[in-house]
Amino acid sequence: MIRGLVLLFLAAFLTGPVHGQSRMAEAEWANQQLPDPADEAEAKALMESLRCLVCQGQSIADSDADMASDMRALVRRRIAAGEEPEDIRAWLVERYGRWITYDPPMDAVTWPLWLLPLLFVGFGVWLARGRFRSRKRES
Amino acid sequence: MSDKPDMDAQTLAMKRFVLWVPLVIAAVFFGFFSYALFFGNTSPQQRAIESQLVGQPMPEFSLQPSLPGRPGLSSADLATGEPRLVNFFASWCVPCIAEAPQLMQLREAGVAIDAIAVRDRPEDVFAFLQRWGDPYERIGADTQSEAQLALGSSGVPETFVVDGDGVIVRQHIGDIRPEHVPELLAALEGAR
Repeated sequence: MIRGLVLLFLAAFLTGPVHGQSRMAEAEWANQQLPDPADEAEAKALMESLRCLVCQGQSIADSDADMASDMRALVRRRIAAGEEPEDIRAWLVERYGRWITYDPPMDAVTWPLWLLPLLFVGFGVWLARGRFRSRKRES
Repeated sequence: MSDKPDMDAQTLAMKRFVLWVPLVIAAVFFGFFSYALFFGNTSPQQRAIESQLVGQPMPEFSLQPSLPGRPGLSSADLATGEPRLVNFFASWCVPCIAEAPQLMQLREAGVAIDAIAVRDRPEDVFAFLQRWGDPYERIGADTQSEAQLALGSSGVPETFVVDGDGVIVRQHIGDIRPEHVPELLAALEGAR
């Protein structure tokens, strides 16, 4: 019984999911800061608002995935070459859809997200006003 | 005067009914969120990110050869007048082993297949192809995932169907299983 448990315990630790991980060295600029602090600040802000394609739910600044490090390298390379952060974001959105950005632009699809809360607050105020009024009348 | 009690009963019934409305709304929301969380195909864990470039010309890229003696791959090589497949693979990718027999089957059916080896060393690519079969005409070395990002691909393996003009017709995400072979052949035929 105990031997069985020990075997089970070992099996649980020795076998794990097989993860594909590249044996290549990481790309230049994947984990190095740019020499110009202003460039690096721009790159960092952009990296924190781009979603990792592998560890979905993490930003590429936070993820350890190979692909995220290649994306950081791409961001830093392009910023160092003088490209605007928003152009790099647009380049990625063009390929992966708006899903890749944590900072979605306001457009035909996303405007209800901004407008609906205002409408709800307005409706709430209207509702509350109705109640206060009827109370006054009763008293 | 006589109909007043009736009206009160009516408003009372109405009020009772209205009391249930918030609960119903909450139940609808709860149901919606649990559905999206557990069964929705947009739940974060299950989401495959499709390339937005399907239907558009192949973006510009140019990759060095991955193996000596085998040409590398650039976007210009893909507009050959005949439809072909571009397969993203890597020697470190386990599902790529699973799809290798299907790629060989496509090759034997006369399909031209080019490859992009993602973050891979030549010796590993060589060993992988020796062991699992080599269906490729050209193999580009995408050492920093640049071509992968340019194509809007988010992992390995992935396979793009490209028509004779170099336009991306279809993207297959994940390994090609035996049941996918007819679909891909049909897509290639449709791109002719």
